[in-house]
Amino acid sequence: MTQAAQIQEQANLPAHGQEPGDWKRYFSFSSDHKVIGIQYLVTTFFFYLVGGVLATMVRTELATPESDFVSREVYNSLFTVHATVMIFLWIVPAGTGGFGNYLVPLMIGARDMAFPKLNALAFWIIPPAGIMLLSSFFVGAPGAGWTNYPPLSLISGKAGEMIWILSVLLLGTSSILAAINFLVTIWKMRVPGMGWNQMPLFCWAMFATSILALIATPVLAGALILLSFDVLIGTAFFNPTGGGDPIVYQHLFWFYSHPAVYIMILPVFGMISDIISVHARKPIFGYKAIAYSSLAICGLGLIVWVHHMFTSGTPPWMRMFFMITTMIIAVPTGIKIFSWLATLWGGKLDGSSALLFAMGFISLFVIGGISGVMVASVPFDIHVHDTYFVVAHLHYVLFGGSVFGLYAGFYHWFPKITGRMMDETWGKVHFWLSFVGFNLAFMPMHKLGLEGMNRRIAEYDPKFATLNLICTIGAFLLAISTIPFIVNAAWSWLRGEPAGDNPWRGLTLEWMTTSPPPVENFDADPILATGPYDYGMGSRSTEVDVPFSDADDPALSAGPSSTLRAKPDPVVAADPSDRGTESHNR
Amino acid sequence: MTTIDPAKTSLNYHHEQAAETHHHEHPDLRIPGVIVFLAAESMIFLGLFMAYIAFRAVTPDWPPEGTPKLELLLPGINTAILISSSFVIHNADTAIKKNDVKGLRLWFGVTALMGAVFLVGQLYEYFHLEFGLKTNIFASTFYVLTGFHGLHVCFGLILILAVLWRSRKPNHYNSEKHFGVEAAEIYWHFVDVIWIILFLLLYIL
Repeated sequence: MTQAAQIQEQANLPAHGQEPGDWKRYFSFSSDHKVIGIQYLVTTFFFYLVGGVLATMVRTELATPESDFVSREVYNSLFTVHATVMIFLWIVPAGTGGFGNYLVPLMIGARDMAFPKLNALAFWIIPPAGIMLLSSFFVGAPGAGWTNYPPLSLISGKAGEMIWILSVLLLGTSSILAAINFLVTIWKMRVPGMGWNQMPLFCWAMFATSILALIATPVLAGALILLSFDVLIGTAFFNPTGGGDPIVYQHLFWFYSHPAVYIMILPVFGMISDIISVHARKPIFGYKAIAYSSLAICGLGLIVWVHHMFTSGTPPWMRMFFMITTMIIAVPTGIKIFSWLATLWGGKLDGSSALLFAMGFISLFVIGGISGVMVASVPFDIHVHDTYFVVAHLHYVLFGGSVFGLYAGFYHWFPKITGRMMDETWGKVHFWLSFVGFNLAFMPMHKLGLEGMNRRIAEYDPKFATLNLICTIGAFLLAISTIPFIVNAAWSWLRGEPAGDNPWRGLTLEWMTTSPPPVENFDADPILATGPYDYGMGSRSTEVDVPFSDADDPALSAGPSSTLRAKPDPVVAADPSDRGTESHNR
Repeated sequence: MTTIDPAKTSLNYHHEQAAETHHHEHPDLRIPGVIVFLAAESMIFLGLFMAYIAFRAVTPDWPPEGTPKLELLLPGINTAILISSSFVIHNADTAIKKNDVKGLRLWFGVTALMGAVFLVGQLYEYFHLEFGLKTNIFASTFYVLTGFHGLHVCFGLILILAVLWRSRKPNHYNSEKHFGVEAAEIYWHFVDVIWIILFLLLYIL
């Protein structure tokens, strides 16, 4: 064990707090952030499976050029509900609500979230909203695509549209409530001594995500309120025949839905930063660069939305502006990618499933990112707009990016959440099946798109048949790949090898308590004896007495004595060579 | 590899200390929570304002031909009432900080009255306008924007009445503990600021 880990672990003996209750708490209005986190993860994973079944049905329909598996109307509903479920009921709530709730308070050394009851409320909005959305299949599910552009959404079935609007409004509300909670928690509840720059990168990512959710989601609510007036009462906000303007809906919609892309990917960026550093046994490369690039993505992410509307009659100056801002986003994203690569470089990679998924995430996300820069350029986008090229791009970032990252998170934090290890062999089977299936399903779509195959249509030109069949086979493989994961997770939760408190020898505070952590997480405020990523820095040769804390002023406890400080306090520095007589800290 | 003997460090001290401080009070973060919540609220309004501005920008004549002119007198008085109520409610905050519950009840009562007058004035205007929700795009945005704001005034009024109701209990609010008072006041100021923007957008510009 590295010395850093030893220092950190000895500074924080595992808590022996109250044992959590029995399984019934997972079905209650519990305000424990860990229970809520698990509620989120399990619920959203269930919806992921539902969305996956819908996707498999879409691909089954597309296996042949004719519309033979389901009717065209049902096909429209399938891809509409598939996208809505995957975005609003799986990736957004799993990344923010699931991992965010479970990890943020632990990582910052807090006992719970700032508003535990609000937190429970935010979760309990989700199951009814999800069930409502799925029940729309009984009354004619929405079929205007997940974007629900008017006037198309005004002329399809009213019941389905209203169900869609209501469930998205509910899910948006849940997302806003969660964002309020995260912002206040991260802002106010860090353990004394943890400055902004001592936070684990996942917390930085959650902070940026929550700002985005807080700013962008209400605008979608505004758009949906206006849309529901149009659908229900017959006003003409977005109906050109009554003097309205559908383009305004597109602006309001994408003002939320483009940042939503970052709401879906930023938490995963944070998780990947943590996972790679732990499993490569190296300090993260460019801590501040990764942290602040999250904020840069958050800021830039709010001013790029019109790139979804290059073919909506957008004036040239506006296209130019949004093309440039969109391309600039590649810079902070690239900073992260290269920092992760530099962290991996020369690291002592442990080859675990978590690391495999993290590396799979990087490779697939880079492909999706590059095709993202391609579609950001106006002339190229005009060519591929609404084709399978866009479908390929978005699945590389949302599936290859977000979902692979979420899987990495599952493998990494499963021991902490359940107290048991997952089976590595089945984890690797899961990874390779997913990786191969994913590329088989989505790589050919780039070519289909460039050749002009339109998205959202049940039938296609027979010349696309071969590639589509390959995509469908890949999709089936992808569907099968979840089986080893589900079996592995269920089996390991019940019978897995006990994990111990810190199986990965991590340094962040969630590993400094028992697995699973007790109610209220820690016996006392945990102590930061090292930075969050000080792996492999235990080469100091002499034993020294390290006064870890200042008994009179707990606020300084992690401060001057931290071995990770660039300029340790000369009076209490861990390394004798850093010591002096005069303190410059007080 | 070297080891650190915990006994030689001051670590143990921390664990002893830990046991004593275990169940300390959860910090009260409700006011920051309210402020962050209002940031989200203002984004809904910003979205609706931007929609209004966009509709206005793409419509050749604004308001579209045939829309009766808006009367300014009643909304003007209403605006004055709402803005001054923001000053009135602040007196309540000053009062409770001096432990003066009577003053709190007085000023909250006056604010509630002013809020109610505003809402009645708003309804009176609705019933006397010569256009309906579906007349044209201007009329639709007018009703949705003012109606959505009116709902917020209603909610603010409910908050104020709830504080009044709770303040019957002696010492429910005092100079140390008055989150409800503060939250209602912040919310009321927020509703007021939104109205000023709304009034400028719909009536003046």
